[in-house]
Formats: sequence, structure tokens, C-alpha cells
Amino acid sequence: MINNVERAVRTRHIKNSVFKWGVIAFTFIAVLPLIFILYYLVQKGVTSITWAFLTHMPKPVGETGGGILNAIVGSAIIIFMACIIAIPFSIAIGVYLSEFPKAGIANWARLSIDMLQGVPSIVIGIVIYEWVVKPMGGFSAISGSIALAIMMIPPIAKATEETLKRVPAGLKEASFSLGASYYQTTMRALLPAAMSGILSGVILSIARISGETAPLLFTSFGNPYLSANITKPMSSIPLLIFNYAISPYDEWQKLAWGASLVLIIFIFLLNIITKIAERKWKVQY
Amino acid sequence: MESAVLNVTVTPKMETKSPDTIANNVILKAEDFCASFGSNQVLKKVNMAITRNHVVAVLGPSGCGKTTFVRCINRMHELAPDATVEGKMIYNGDDVYKMNPVVLRSHIGMVFQRPNPFPSMSTYENVIAGYIFNEIKLTKAQKDEVVETSLKSASLWDEVKDILHKKGTSLSGGQQQRLCIARALAMKPKMLLLDEPTAALDPISTLKIEELLVTLKETYTIVIVTHNIQQAGRVSDKAAFFYLGELIEYDDTKNMFTNPKEERTQNYITGRFG
Repeated sequence: MINNVERAVRTRHIKNSVFKWGVIAFTFIAVLPLIFILYYLVQKGVTSITWAFLTHMPKPVGETGGGILNAIVGSAIIIFMACIIAIPFSIAIGVYLSEFPKAGIANWARLSIDMLQGVPSIVIGIVIYEWVVKPMGGFSAISGSIALAIMMIPPIAKATEETLKRVPAGLKEASFSLGASYYQTTMRALLPAAMSGILSGVILSIARISGETAPLLFTSFGNPYLSANITKPMSSIPLLIFNYAISPYDEWQKLAWGASLVLIIFIFLLNIITKIAERKWKVQY
Repeated sequence: MESAVLNVTVTPKMETKSPDTIANNVILKAEDFCASFGSNQVLKKVNMAITRNHVVAVLGPSGCGKTTFVRCINRMHELAPDATVEGKMIYNGDDVYKMNPVVLRSHIGMVFQRPNPFPSMSTYENVIAGYIFNEIKLTKAQKDEVVETSLKSASLWDEVKDILHKKGTSLSGGQQQRLCIARALAMKPKMLLLDEPTAALDPISTLKIEELLVTLKETYTIVIVTHNIQQAGRVSDKAAFFYLGELIEYDDTKNMFTNPKEERTQNYITGRFG
């Protein structure tokens, strides 16, 4: 009898450690490629990143040096406009979905959001090309922003819905019992309590779209010059990486590596900001 | 200062006061009042009159409609989907269900079972949350005044006066509940509804809130839902016993506890069911 128990304990112990090491091994394997990519990027790109790289325009073929100022400015403008378009929409959708989860239109909205999340970004680019670029008569930064805004809606709306659902019903009741209206309750009691989740949704969606290339190919197109005119083509970091990486010139390929590293650093910073924002706005109920 | 603060609170029109309401000093009266969720009737023809500056305990086993009853007083009941009411609820001579809910709720404050301070706000902001939500502008001095008097009335001032600008949710459970009472008092209500306010609290916090209720009844009329019969005995002037949606007995607490008229009341009070 005792022997049986001992044997069972021993097998259990072996199973435990196999499982534990298995989990660790798989995690490690998953992390490896990321480390290699980062290492490779840093190795290739770090030599190009200087102050001049960030503050100068690209040089013509054959000249050494030059920077990616037009792409940085372009990305900033395009992403900023995408946020202005997407954030109010997405938060409104999230509020609606959490407030009226069973309404007929909510089911359709939820389905559309899930579908939209799975639509390849290049498809969104083509659709915006048909709907915005063609009627406007040419490529423009604003059409790129619209394409990116459409990609931002699902994650922000989801994040808003999920965080609002976790806000206890008691807060809403407390607000109503103080005589607040529905609008005041949403704006002043519910959304502030959900701010941490909404903000992290917003920042992560920015991180996601800032590397998008495909939708921009058909919309903002790219521009070798510095431009702030949103109705004209505009450069952006992913487009610059795409154009320069496939070019036959070593100098341009080097710029592409540098730009890739800049993009990765930007996304890394956004992730850190997300963590800080989550902590700052964190609420306990 | 006091009058300046009072000026900004909303005063309802009260033209039609029936003489009987004033004479009997009745603040709230339910007449054949019924409430339902869809087809499920949870309150059946309740008739009850509440006197000014009394503490009324609402007793009864789970599911007897006591929470629904208090939520009908400040029209929180109607927030639930397919909630309906019938009959009359008269507050100060006005039909509650013809009043503007915002005005009504500024007269009748509510405290809930679980402490629910607004997590994004400091203790200070929580107290004046009603003013913030209703976009009633107060000067800094008026705010300070409201915060201090409300917290003092809720006997919380001494414990939090140095941490007013920390999050309200950083307080202990009992302190949070007194903060919620202060938040309700800040709106200068006439009545206070408490829905099992001590159910989530430890005995010491419970004791503090009970002591507080006794001092508050000098200024306010209080309706408290409680599962705790001893608590009802300690704090209330009158007790209402609900069973299966009906008001079985409504009497002075002492009378009801020593000499209940109904057998069901006696069984409940003595702990034979509930």
C-alpha cells in the first residue's frame, strides 16, 4: 500500500517537472525569434541613427548620408489624424456595446468589429483607394489616415467595451442616485473609471498601425519631399522602409535599416507609455 | 456661507400640499403601491406613511421586496429593464412618479449595500460628486464648506481631513461607506435611503454607522433596509416587515419587537425563518 502511494507520488513528481520544463522551453522558443530580430535590427540600423539622420532629408542617389525627416513628420501627421478620426468613433461604439449589449444593432456592430479586425490591411487600403483617393483625384495623407483609422476602430472599441463592462454596476447607480443624467453618468463616472483600459487600447492600436505599410501604398503613397499638406501625398516611416529596402542602392538600404530601428524604438516606447498610463489611471473598486 | 450653498441646490415646486400631509408631518406616503419586473410582481399594494425625522427599518427575508421598495422611493427601480410601478408614492405632497427624477433624487439621497465611491475621484471630489455631475458650479470656499460639513455629519472628517486629496477608494470599507453617506448628505437631501449599508462591513464599522444614523435622524428622515434584526432594534423608530412583496406589519419598532400582531412577523423576528 505504502509502496503504491510512493510510486504514485514519484510519477506525479516526474510529470510535474516535465510539464514545467516543457512550458519554459516553449516560452523560450517563442521569445528567441524576437530577440534575433531585435539584435539584427540594432546591429544593422544602429550605425545609421544619428541626430542628422532624424533631422535631415534623404539625399539623392549617389550622395552619402541623409536622413528620414520627411518620413518622421509624415508618420506623425498621418497617425495623429488617424487618432482624431478613430478615437471618438471607437469609444462611442464601445460605450454603446457595453450599455446596450443585447440591442439588435449591437450584435451587428460587434460582428462587424470582429470581421474588421480580421480584414487584411491591404484590402482596407484598396477600399479607401476606391472610396477616397479616386473621388479626391489623387493620393493624399488624409486618405492614409482614414485607412489607418478604420484599422484602429476594432481594438479601441473592444478595449472600451471590455473595460466598461468591468466597471461595477454600483458606480452607475451611485451616479444616478445623486441625480446625474445618463450623459453625465457616462462621461463623469463610467469613462473615468475605465480610463486605464481605454488608454491602453488607444496606445496599443497606435503601435499597431504605426508600422502598417500596405494601406498607405494606395492612399498616402509616399513623398520624397517634406510635406505638411494633408491633401497631397505624404511620406511615412513604413513607406520609406518599403521603398528604400527594395532599392538597389546600399545607401538607401542603410537608411531603411535605420528607419526600421526608429520604428521599433517608437513602438517600444509606446508599450512603456501604455504601462505607465495603466498604472497612473488604474482604479480599484 | 450655509445659505450660499443652499441657494445652488435645486428646489422643486410644491404648490399643492394636502393639509393632511403637513398636519401629520408625513414626508412620504405609499398608497396601494405595486412594483414589478416584467410579469413578476415584487411589491403588492403597499400602504405606508413615513414621518419626518424618523428612522424606519425595512425588514424581511431575501426576495421579499424590501430593496425594491426603497428603490421605488427615489425611482432607481425604473432603471432596470421592464420595471413598472402602479399606485401612488407621495413625497411631501408631490407624486414621486410625476416629479423630475433629478429633482427627486436631490431630495432623497441613497447609500448602497457595497461602498461605491467613484474610483477615479479623490475623497474630496467624491463628496462633491453630486455637484460635479449636475454641473452645479461652486466656488472653492463653498466646496470646502460642503466637504467639511458633509464629512463631519458622516463622522469621517477627523479620519480623512489630512488625506482629502487621495483616492476615495484608498480608505477602508467602513470609511468608504461613510464617505458614500457624506456624498449623499452633501446634496442636502431631506431623506436618506440606506440599502443594507452595513452588510459588507465589519462589526466596528457597523457600530459607527449605526451611531451615525441616530445622530442623522435629527436632520433627515431615514429609511434603512436591513437583514439584521438587532440592528433594526438599535437604530429604528418604526419597523416595516415585508413578506413575499406584501407589507405585513408596520409599527413602532418597540411594539413590533415585543408584541407583534402577525404571526409571520413574530416568526421572522424570533428567527424561525428568514
